Amino acid sequence: MSPTRHTHSHPTQAATISVSANEHLPHKAIHTVHFWLGKRLSTLRQWPISLLLSWLVIAVVISWAFIPGLFTAYDPLTGIGKFKLQPPSWVHLLGTDALGRDVYARIVYGASHSLSGAFVAVGLGLTVGTLLGLFAGSAGRKTDTFIMRLVDVILSIPSLLLSLSIIVILGFGTVTAAIAVGAASIASFARLSRSEVLRVRNTDYVEAAFGSGGTFLNVLWRHVLPNALTSVIALAALQFGTAILALSTLGFLGYGAPPPTPEWGLLIAEGRNYLARAWWLTTAPGIVVIMVVISANRISHALSERRS
Amino acid sequence: MSKHLISHLFQSVLTLWAAFTIAFVLLQALPGDAVLIKFLASDFGLTPEQITELQQTYGVNLPLWQKYFHELGAIFTGNLGFSVQAGLPVSQVIATNLPPTLLLASLGFTAAIVLALSVAFLSAFTCFSWLRQALHALPSLFVSVPVFWLGIVLIQIVSFQLGLIPVINPGHWEGLILPTIALAIPISAPIAQILIRNIEATLLLPHVAVARAKGASHVWVLWHHVARNAVLPTLTMAGLLFGELLAGAVVTETVFGLSGLGSLTQQAVNNQDTAVLKAIVIISAAIFITINLIVDLLYPILDPRLRVAQEARP
Repeated sequence: MSPTRHTHSHPTQAATISVSANEHLPHKAIHTVHFWLGKRLSTLRQWPISLLLSWLVIAVVISWAFIPGLFTAYDPLTGIGKFKLQPPSWVHLLGTDALGRDVYARIVYGASHSLSGAFVAVGLGLTVGTLLGLFAGSAGRKTDTFIMRLVDVILSIPSLLLSLSIIVILGFGTVTAAIAVGAASIASFARLSRSEVLRVRNTDYVEAAFGSGGTFLNVLWRHVLPNALTSVIALAALQFGTAILALSTLGFLGYGAPPPTPEWGLLIAEGRNYLARAWWLTTAPGIVVIMVVISANRISHALSERRS
Repeated sequence: MSKHLISHLFQSVLTLWAAFTIAFVLLQALPGDAVLIKFLASDFGLTPEQITELQQTYGVNLPLWQKYFHELGAIFTGNLGFSVQAGLPVSQVIATNLPPTLLLASLGFTAAIVLALSVAFLSAFTCFSWLRQALHALPSLFVSVPVFWLGIVLIQIVSFQLGLIPVINPGHWEGLILPTIALAIPISAPIAQILIRNIEATLLLPHVAVARAKGASHVWVLWHHVARNAVLPTLTMAGLLFGELLAGAVVTETVFGLSGLGSLTQQAVNNQDTAVLKAIVIISAAIFITINLIVDLLYPILDPRLRVAQEARP
């Protein structure tokens, strides 16, 4: 079997190889884009309601991060003392805190802190992890074994402990918390992208690309990476939710942004002292965190389903 | 089999050594060391000579490679260094803090397994599709809940609204109920997810169809033909779940004001007590590696299919 593959003496083998190589030819591209768009628009109507809601939640939270002033008229940092600890009402949708600050406004303004932290974390894990995985999957066996052993070792340390170790070195703060969370996710990105590279590398079209004279880097960039990326992006969506959770945990423990900042984890921590009197202080930001994380997980699930 | 065992053991020791090295490299990169932070504080009123003397006794000034071998050798004698914060050997600090966390973690783990099993099998037993769908959605909700928030909400509802468990000075076991629930719910999610998937996959296998054709009831099929097949693969998650449990313990102990490894970790981070943090990292890696080793060795014994495959391998 294997000799016929390489000599192209077997007619059907040669045919399948040339067809899969054809998919990458430019003249087909425009046609495919039209087909793709049409298909997308019709499938959007068939999307499950939970997926649509998830995208809606993410869209709303991203808008909170970019244009918070559009969603609330209140100031997140200065409150009016005489309106302190008011329960939710039409004036203050989610009530006020001990300093008379509007809780809804603080959640809206907090979105930029939590989301940017999660983006930094996922960006760091995705970039470093994927490069590491690509390198391991395409380098020689010894390098591969060494890198993947190292990844195994890092995975044997609980990610919160890893993050805390990094925070001890770098100090407290929004950026360091994001870096700590991102660094803890490098190992899982590396493992996934490496296994994807190994999967793609054994396909016929990659073999054909090598056979038709592609250099190593060229094939890696044009054929292996795009095909390996789909599942990596699904993992990135999942890690986005995990990062939001981890960042809020670090914020709650007091290692993230300093107090007046309306970071979501910190909001919950601040509400802790008023548990008996003001349930809304902790409940509201927690529910927002849960909704964002569920949505990210749902989107990740849809992305990985599409691949298979 | 013994060859299999030895190679597994060797790999575990190698991984543990690498984990130690990573922890050492990571936590040694610290610019200001804990000794200086504690003793340079002006209210201590130490002279520079005394400070140098202190640094020498803690081994702060040794070259890095010497320190590395010094610490690596010390671990074999059970010496994990000296906690500057507590003023005690790290091994002693950990010995007093480990038992409460192990108790909380095992309670949480048991509760998580019970919860996951009931969610998974209830969804397989039920004949109402709305209930099944609700149960299937439950794990993805559980996995998204921040542990600390869950703890706070539980205190709010159970202690403040219902007044069932006192917040201040509850009894020992009574005080563990809420932390256990808070810890168990997020941990149960991945177990339940895998169980549900496995049960669904096993129900499609031919031997189930044969049992059904012979006239077995749904309950009989689930209990005799599906349960073992579905439950076994979750064993492989045990090591991973331990890490989650430990991370959960850090948070739950903080929320509920319990003492243990979790609150010790938090104090170590607050005070830059790297010796304690390093020891906790190494111990958790050691437990993770041991659990995985046990699962690796136990799995072929529990699952005959794997044993056959292993023997057939040249």
